[in-house]
Amino acid sequence: MAAKDSVSRRQFMALTGGSAAAAAFLAACGSDDDSGSTAAETTMPAKSGGSSETEQFGKGDLGIVNYALTLEYLEAAFYADVVKSGLFKGAELKAIEKFGQEEAEHVEALTQAAKALGGKPAPEPKAEFPLENAKAVVELAGTVENLGAAAYLGQAANIQSPEVLASALAIHSVEGRHAATLNGMLGLPITPDGAFAKPADAATVLKSVEPFIVG
Amino acid sequence: MTQQELAHPELAGIQVDEDSGDISRSEVILKGALAAGAVYGTFMVGPFVRKALAMSDGGDVGILNFALTLEYLETKFYEEAKSRAGAKGELKSLVDLIAKDEKQHVEALTATIKQLGGKPVAEPKFDFPYNDTAGFLKLAQTFEDTGVSAYNGAGPAIKSKDVLAAAGSIVQVEARHAAAIRIQNKEEPSPDAFDPPLDEAQVLKAVEPFLA
Repeated sequence: MAAKDSVSRRQFMALTGGSAAAAAFLAACGSDDDSGSTAAETTMPAKSGGSSETEQFGKGDLGIVNYALTLEYLEAAFYADVVKSGLFKGAELKAIEKFGQEEAEHVEALTQAAKALGGKPAPEPKAEFPLENAKAVVELAGTVENLGAAAYLGQAANIQSPEVLASALAIHSVEGRHAATLNGMLGLPITPDGAFAKPADAATVLKSVEPFIVG
Repeated sequence: MTQQELAHPELAGIQVDEDSGDISRSEVILKGALAAGAVYGTFMVGPFVRKALAMSDGGDVGILNFALTLEYLETKFYEEAKSRAGAKGELKSLVDLIAKDEKQHVEALTATIKQLGGKPVAEPKFDFPYNDTAGFLKLAQTFEDTGVSAYNGAGPAIKSKDVLAAAGSIVQVEARHAAAIRIQNKEEPSPDAFDPPLDEAQVLKAVEPFLA
């Protein structure tokens, strides 16, 4: 399986450089804004997978699952704090509660996935979020959800296990739904990257959430 | 199967007809996916597609051709909707935006299939059964949710990591469309925490009758 993967990968890489549409399509893989990883990825055997940034959370798929779990903990905590803040009521509050509930379900699923991989689930980070006014909160929610969707997209090709990949994809598109909903509320484009969503690597994502982690 | 038993009767009305006498595998899988969605609900589409693609053994080109067939359907649907759905204001802008995105998906998939040495499937003929804006929106929601489930179902079968990453960038856009269309329909933009729900064993058993 691994050998077959790297063969098709090499064939694929040899074929790149054709039409503009295909180039744009494959640029969505993120090789354009992540110059360091492109060369490494083409020569790296498929089996070794994973990015070094997620290895701090564990090896291979476990590291990716625990990285995602850390992000989901932050999202779930954020929505829980927003619900408690009293800044929203009615339909808006209901939507926030629904999103928060879904993030909590992601936390649960990823915790189980980490255990199924024989690993220890990442601990919940201690987080604090600025909750000054409703508008700023929706803006932060939009930023967090778009980043979350990009984070999953950035890891999809690094995942080795088909089961873990299926779960990650099932979560990824839900993050995309959340992001589009919040963008709509903010009067921003629902597909800010156009027809092809852009990924974010773990280093970028972790740097973005760092200000909210207090311990 | 009577209409009352269908989870999505509007899907059962979709006609997918090949131009030539040569029915492509992608069309067969798309018809099966629509049938699975009509009978059991769109959450059945992903697992159906995953199994159908695994059984058809067409490799990444087979998967991309299936995705292309789906994007042909969406492109045609939204192009037609510009003059047929009676969309105004915000919905009109949304229809224009989605039509543009879907067209780009068709172009990108066509180019990628060629780059992989494959032959892109021809566009089938479609017939979309709706008479008004509400009928259009209902069908749009089902197509977008079906699209998300189909890409998610196909994902783990993709061999090339680059094709997988690119398919991921498309499915996220489909999910964003789905959320926006659902809001127009006054429905929950993300009805479940997982797209699709993950009770696969049951699902696979249920769609078995649709697999040749």
